[in-house]
Amino acid sequence: MDRYVCQICGYIYDPEQGDPENGVEPGTPFEKLPDDWLCPICGAPKDDFEKE
Amino acid sequence: MKPVEIASGIYQVGVIDWNIRDFHGYSVEGTTYNAFLILDDTVVLIDTVKKEFADQLLANIAEIIDPKKIDMVISNHTEMDHSGGLPRVMHAIGGEKPLYCSKMGQKNLIQHFGDRLNLQALENGQEISIGSRTLSFLETRMLHWPDSMFTYIKEDQILFSSDAFGQHYAGYEMFDDQIGDAVMPYAKKYFANILLLYTPKILKLVEQITDMGLQIKIICPDHGILWRSNPETIINAYVEWSRQEAGKRAVVLYDTMWKSTRLMAEAIADGIAETGVAVRPIHIRSSHRSDIMTEVLDARAIVVGSPTLNNGLFPSVSDVLTYMKGLRPKNKIGAAFGSYGWSGESVKLLNEALADMKFDVMEESLKIQYVPDKKDLSACREYGRKIGQAVISRVG
Repeated sequence: MDRYVCQICGYIYDPEQGDPENGVEPGTPFEKLPDDWLCPICGAPKDDFEKE
Repeated sequence: MKPVEIASGIYQVGVIDWNIRDFHGYSVEGTTYNAFLILDDTVVLIDTVKKEFADQLLANIAEIIDPKKIDMVISNHTEMDHSGGLPRVMHAIGGEKPLYCSKMGQKNLIQHFGDRLNLQALENGQEISIGSRTLSFLETRMLHWPDSMFTYIKEDQILFSSDAFGQHYAGYEMFDDQIGDAVMPYAKKYFANILLLYTPKILKLVEQITDMGLQIKIICPDHGILWRSNPETIINAYVEWSRQEAGKRAVVLYDTMWKSTRLMAEAIADGIAETGVAVRPIHIRSSHRSDIMTEVLDARAIVVGSPTLNNGLFPSVSDVLTYMKGLRPKNKIGAAFGSYGWSGESVKLLNEALADMKFDVMEESLKIQYVPDKKDLSACREYGRKIGQAVISRVG
């Protein structure tokens, strides 16, 4: 599973970790994140992420 | 600085730091840490100051009201030039009083000061009535920290914009009408060095504020001059700078060991100037990286020269390139040159660094062994003319 980097703040979405604080289970691939998921650091939408 | 009433019952109670010259690597000739006191049924303090100025802030507040009468504090931004005074101020007004901040502010303030403050996280768009006024809060994440937010008073139409629209300027002038256009170079340098990498967010934010129909009479940033005579001036400037559509201007940044790269730099600049494109050659070690960034913001072509030192770039050139890369300038033409002795890696390394910043790198670059002769300098001028033409064809 690919890791994705926020182009605004540099946060890395790691599918192995997920984003449990915002209800995303570990093991969730980036593509399966809900459309309204936002970068947990800076609030950027998924569009602002690029594959690492 | 004595407190100044900026609107009925609302005071600027911040301090002037006359002596600061190095602001985390950004050169300044002093600055201010602005903080704001609102007298209403609930007495509110917005932001504090750098730790060492906390007593001065409390003394300013005491000229208006006993600091213990403050009922709540708002932290728009966790950075220590605004939060460093918080522990002292909270202790002085009564440590149990609520300290409002954004959700990210709550996390970040804990990581600065531990969990002993009574932190209250605000939702984006939340409103709090303080009597005759209503405060509303707008998260502005990454402008320029994750915790950043604006506080807005509807009734007075005042926007407390944290670091946005600020400038590192120290003086007795407090408002734009007192200083006039002289404030703009400070605002531009601030933008180029603090906010440039967030320009897509800035454009979205201005759009959002416009869509919300937010009426703004006064913009109160946390540094420098407050914008009251014409707040649109700074908002429009932010939009213009954020678009990064530089005009017919180039900058030649270089360092030099035995003046060969300098001779090249000045001949290239001569060639650029011949095409009618405005240009400045800047010797990196004679300038500050933060002033260089202001020039970069305005320039369409960034021409970089470095001698080859021990098979690599000259260190001061790497410094500027590292700093520039972090600030992510856009829509630039890149060009590279340098003198060398025997191996000559610098130009290749410069081209890689410029390409890494997604600059449109000129196909041709120029490297000259040892000291440029007349023919070499003529080649430099010709190279400058090509760069000038590239700028003109891009800008139109």
